[in-house]
Amino acid sequence: MTQAGDQELDAKGLNCPLPILKAKKALKEVPDGGTLHVLATDPGAVADFEAFCRATGNELVEHDEAGGVYEFLIRKTG
Amino acid sequence: MSKDLSNAKSMSIIVTKGTLDWAYPPFILATTAAAMDVKTTMFFTFYGLPLLLKKLDLKVSTLGNPAMKMPMMGMHMSMPNLAAMMPGATAATSVMMKNLTKKKGVASIDELREAAVESEVEMIGCQMTMDLFEYEQKDMIDGIKIGGAATYMENAINSDINLFI
Repeated sequence: MTQAGDQELDAKGLNCPLPILKAKKALKEVPDGGTLHVLATDPGAVADFEAFCRATGNELVEHDEAGGVYEFLIRKTG
Repeated sequence: MSKDLSNAKSMSIIVTKGTLDWAYPPFILATTAAAMDVKTTMFFTFYGLPLLLKKLDLKVSTLGNPAMKMPMMGMHMSMPNLAAMMPGATAATSVMMKNLTKKKGVASIDELREAAVESEVEMIGCQMTMDLFEYEQKDMIDGIKIGGAATYMENAINSDINLFI
């Protein structure tokens, strides 16, 4: 994934539930329709960001993994 | 965008345990629920009440908990009850647990509680427990409510999810 978001969040090294809590906070700074780009190393973050987006009505545009780092691009639609 | 909150879900948690390990589930679930737009209430009673004290001093013991095994030298080790009851064993176990959480990027209870306050999780301290164990509201963090079983029940009746931890 090469796309950058309107807002960046580095949640590498953080464990559940911190990546989600920090993403929620960061999303507040994103304009409606804008995107948040998240980096994380918690393998549980994949299922959690999918669930988070489904429950909050935000769109998980794409996610990716490379070398143990997970990337998420979330569009603020919720 | 103004949000339609008519479908908003709500959750209540009764928090009855105040050891370092048992403090995690209620705070993790409450903060995550709040992040997922779930209106959340926590009711702190009995040994859970001290989790509202300004100064947290949380401990964990392996005494009587054979399931508590710590990763050590590539294995998982538990402490025999006889050793766990020695002076200083609880303090040592608690330090070990705190170091482990830090190393693994797990939030501290202080951090999670702060996040709960920030995300407007409603926290209610049990009045009866305060009387019973002689705690005063001035020793508790700001912004909490004090109430009894009826205060909790009113929340529970209106909640989609009710947990007892």
